[in-house]
Amino acid sequence: MEKKIKITINGETVEIEPGTSILDAARQAGVIIPTLCFHKDLCIAGNCRVCVIEIAGQKRLSAACATPCEEGMEILTNSFKVRNSRKHIIELLLSEHNADCTRCYKNGNCELQNLASEYKIMTQDFIRLVPFKNYTIDMFSPSIIKDDSKCVRCQRCVRTCAGLQEVNALTVAYKGDKMKITTFFEKTLNDVVCTNCGQCIIHCPTGALVEKNYIEEVWDAIADKSKHVIVQTAPAVRVGLGEELGFEPGTRLTGKMVAALKRLGFDAVMDTDFTADLTIMEEGTELLMRLKSVLVDHDPEVKLPMATSCSPGWIKYIEHMYPDYLDYLSTCKSPQQMFGVLAKTYYAKARNLQPESIVSVSIMPCTAKKFEANRPEMHASTYRDVDYVLTTRELAIMIKQAGIDFVKLEDMHFDRLMGESTGAGVIFGATGGVMEAALRTVYELVTGRDVPFENLNVTPVRGMEGVKETSILIENPLKEWSFLAGVELKCAIAHGLDNAKKVMDSIVSGESDYHFIEFMACPGGCLGGGGQPIPTNPEIRLKRAEAIYAEDAGMPLRKSHQNPEIIKIYKDFLEKPLGEKSHQLLHTRYTTRKRY
Amino acid sequence: MSNNYQLKRVDFIFKNENDWEEVLSKNLSHTPQELINELISSELKGRGGAGFPTGLKWKLSAEAVDETKYVICNADEGEPGTFKDREILSKVPFKVLTAMAICGYVIGAKIGTIYLRGEYFFLQPELNKAISEFKYYCDEIKFDFTINIFMGSGAYICGEETALFESMEGKRGEPRNKPPYPSSYGYMGKPTVINNVETLAHAYTIFNFGAKRFYDLGVQYSRGSKLYSVSGDTPKPGIYELELGMSLSDFVDEFGDGDTKAVQVGGASGFLVPRKRFNETTIGFQGKLTGISLPTGGSMMLFNSSRSMFNVLDNYLVFFNEESCGQCTPCRVGCQQLLRGIKAVKSGEKNAQYLDKLLRLAETMQYTAKCGLGQSVANSFSSIVENFREEMIY
Amino acid sequence: MNAITVLVKNLADQHGRERQNLLPILQGVVEQEKYLSEFSMIEIARELDLPAAEVFGTATFYSFLEHKKMGKYIIRICKTISCSMKGSNQVLLTIQDMLKITVGETTPDGYFSLLQTNCLGFCHQAPAMLINNDVYTDLTPEKVREILSVYMNKKKEGVTDVQ
Repeated sequence: MEKKIKITINGETVEIEPGTSILDAARQAGVIIPTLCFHKDLCIAGNCRVCVIEIAGQKRLSAACATPCEEGMEILTNSFKVRNSRKHIIELLLSEHNADCTRCYKNGNCELQNLASEYKIMTQDFIRLVPFKNYTIDMFSPSIIKDDSKCVRCQRCVRTCAGLQEVNALTVAYKGDKMKITTFFEKTLNDVVCTNCGQCIIHCPTGALVEKNYIEEVWDAIADKSKHVIVQTAPAVRVGLGEELGFEPGTRLTGKMVAALKRLGFDAVMDTDFTADLTIMEEGTELLMRLKSVLVDHDPEVKLPMATSCSPGWIKYIEHMYPDYLDYLSTCKSPQQMFGVLAKTYYAKARNLQPESIVSVSIMPCTAKKFEANRPEMHASTYRDVDYVLTTRELAIMIKQAGIDFVKLEDMHFDRLMGESTGAGVIFGATGGVMEAALRTVYELVTGRDVPFENLNVTPVRGMEGVKETSILIENPLKEWSFLAGVELKCAIAHGLDNAKKVMDSIVSGESDYHFIEFMACPGGCLGGGGQPIPTNPEIRLKRAEAIYAEDAGMPLRKSHQNPEIIKIYKDFLEKPLGEKSHQLLHTRYTTRKRY
Repeated sequence: MSNNYQLKRVDFIFKNENDWEEVLSKNLSHTPQELINELISSELKGRGGAGFPTGLKWKLSAEAVDETKYVICNADEGEPGTFKDREILSKVPFKVLTAMAICGYVIGAKIGTIYLRGEYFFLQPELNKAISEFKYYCDEIKFDFTINIFMGSGAYICGEETALFESMEGKRGEPRNKPPYPSSYGYMGKPTVINNVETLAHAYTIFNFGAKRFYDLGVQYSRGSKLYSVSGDTPKPGIYELELGMSLSDFVDEFGDGDTKAVQVGGASGFLVPRKRFNETTIGFQGKLTGISLPTGGSMMLFNSSRSMFNVLDNYLVFFNEESCGQCTPCRVGCQQLLRGIKAVKSGEKNAQYLDKLLRLAETMQYTAKCGLGQSVANSFSSIVENFREEMIY
Repeated sequence: MNAITVLVKNLADQHGRERQNLLPILQGVVEQEKYLSEFSMIEIARELDLPAAEVFGTATFYSFLEHKKMGKYIIRICKTISCSMKGSNQVLLTIQDMLKITVGETTPDGYFSLLQTNCLGFCHQAPAMLINNDVYTDLTPEKVREILSVYMNKKKEGVTDVQ
């Protein structure tokens, strides 16, 4: 433990660890220095120069985020020089910015707006540069809208796409007054390796990167009396929604969320967690079938490890980067898509509705789901399985537009038929959740016993470490699964595409000896998804995760195969996991895409 | 003006290259510490414009603990009005190579790279020949030091040391945050000495003849001689080696065309000195010289009374707008605002008071820009607008 | 198109396949092809296993690494202050008049491209220009007409290399 050093900030002495940045030291001293290009998830850039402060004895100001403290430093964060400089910096940013805030999607949640407001930039003294630029808007992607006229060139999106996610769809190009953030040869996002994960949106401080929103389309559908509008909600939404409506991160609002959706006018409010449970039935069985094919039949066509397939950002990633390994993916659709197809077949039949009158909407913490719903193969119901995907943020907007006083809502329950779920379904929202849910069911299926973890909490798969591993020894299996006796089931969990890359590389090199891997595109899993409230950072992800596991612990049923609606759907409709109906409706295929 | 500040021509740089083999082996028999001391006592300061004490720079890198270190010769000469490094590399390349090798010996580096700007591609064949010959001799005396050339591709900003490292690492030439400094974290994150071509040529002189001969030239705080690249309205354009510390009026007497209105000292990132201030301006590093003392990379551009200072400033600002790397707000947007600003004042779209706002903006750029480029725009901007305000207004 | 693949592979064999070898490889392609096409950037990305966006972002930073199709001879005329003072504009107008193209364009026969560049380091012999890697100084309208005529004559004679 190194000896602490002393510095003064605005005259107050503080003791800090050597090497601490001035920004962090100030925070410890209770001084907030404004920032723009800084983000806890990302490497230090030091390019916006908003966080400049004065160090006594130095003529030039220094960036607080990028300068480490040294013994005896005297720092001023609000001196005459600092104030004037910071004002200039903000004015400069505004001069090259499309400051038409009233018409901007991020109005009210924009970091540049906050800075301008804090510093009361009331006049436009500098020359407006926007008319001289050929700013473009890219609206071709079904998930993301990129508007150059609002870019402050903080490079947070590039540091996210390249550094955090290692997808590298975005880059900085040109230099000088022509410097911009763009893609390979300035193509549209849907024409490059963008996975639609939306992490760029989460990290963008302004309205330069936002999701493509379908709020008006959903309002229109709800208003259309001839349409029966169903909505499904993903597990991560219920622990994130609150942040958009004035609650602390990690507040569980499931009951209120359902009530709000009913008030918005949806004809049926059901739960993606139901199809999460269904996914476990299908995927768990698929895993066991594959294990048998490999371990008993030695079928070379069947591949292990099996990789989960519910994260569409991950799916597009593997399609671009590892197209030769698509056989490793589970053929199961994601819970969203399973729900969509069942809504227009099983549900339609049960409620005596014409499938073409059903509009299927989903609320997701995800932007890639918008792309997923648009995939050509997602028409197994003979109609488009999921019509519109809204992010958590869009739902919050609709709630506010409808004048719903969210706090005052009484809890309500999901509707029947596809609204029942178990704790295993809800944990899909956290990294490791799919794995844990699968283990709870698969282990019991094979051995007849509960998974050997206290209270069914498979803690080794939980947490924010990039790649997690666990293994379970199968002892004394049921007769049907005797081939698994003595097998150590090796599992891995990766979240964030940089970690997906690590694990995929170990499969390519032959190092990997896993049987089953859960892949999630977003850091933290879906709870940190591209459609979740902004800001999202490590502390907030942890709080959302706590909420998810608390939700699971409080549910009466915690294993997917116990869900009575699941039992019913197999009995009345699907017959059995991996049966003919399942294959027709609930399983899918993938597409090879270009790597460059 | 006292005798000290006169213009004094010397001829060290372009002479005495032939005995480079002897200079190299002679110095390799000294200890690194002795060589560092020699450099420090010579008070040689960087000749690229920044003026950092060379001896100290080598000392810091020598003290850094790392198996791998690098020596880099910054030949990305791009400051408008500067062309001296090109001459050094064509006429006396072995001086540069020898100084690089001695530096490698001193700090513990085995690889030296010359970062050569892309525009000087034509220098490659001769330079490569010299490098081969140099390597041959190094192998003969069993001294492990290899020199190679890394070509630039048209980016003035790559002359900034950390941007140069980024460029050599195959990336965009965007300057890094400092600290850390190159002596501990340079090319590939390793301790690196990066010196201007001319600095290395002077180092050679010191290693050849000793520190005193160098120290005896120039004035206090500005020891030694410097190459000046003279161009513009002058009957004698060219490269001249002069002692540091000369007064600008002496310089203009020698090189002006009789009608010199202003001199740009240090290129676009330097200062414009109007006629009325020639007497009180000297060329050297900080110190107790009378009046203003201006450090410089040696670019001296003379303007006579036919020249419009507005056009001059416009030219510089266009240059900065294009050559800025674009990453930091004050430089990227500030340069655009300054250029459009002076155009607006000149055309009458904005009134003359707007110039004061621009001067304050330039000052902010000086305080807040991430690297020397953005920090230096204010030098020419302020000196031109303040001294020739009448030419900026409609 | 395959010629580019071979070129990239040879350059990578020569320089290496690490990130720090990217610039020499980009320069090598530009040296031969005069510009970096989309295809060549993808080939480089493939050969070095770099993201295509990174190759594009790096290449577009450098003024001499063009990514739009260029002519066989790229004329770069200096527009910085010393050359400007000594009449570079007149030289530029002469070239525009002779070749019937303006800055940023290429002649229809794909022979010449005309660009402006910043300080070339020949301020005492201004105005100066580059044609590919060759420097021409002390330019006047007459002199530049002579220089370009030599190039144009060689073209008529079918000579591929000019000096």
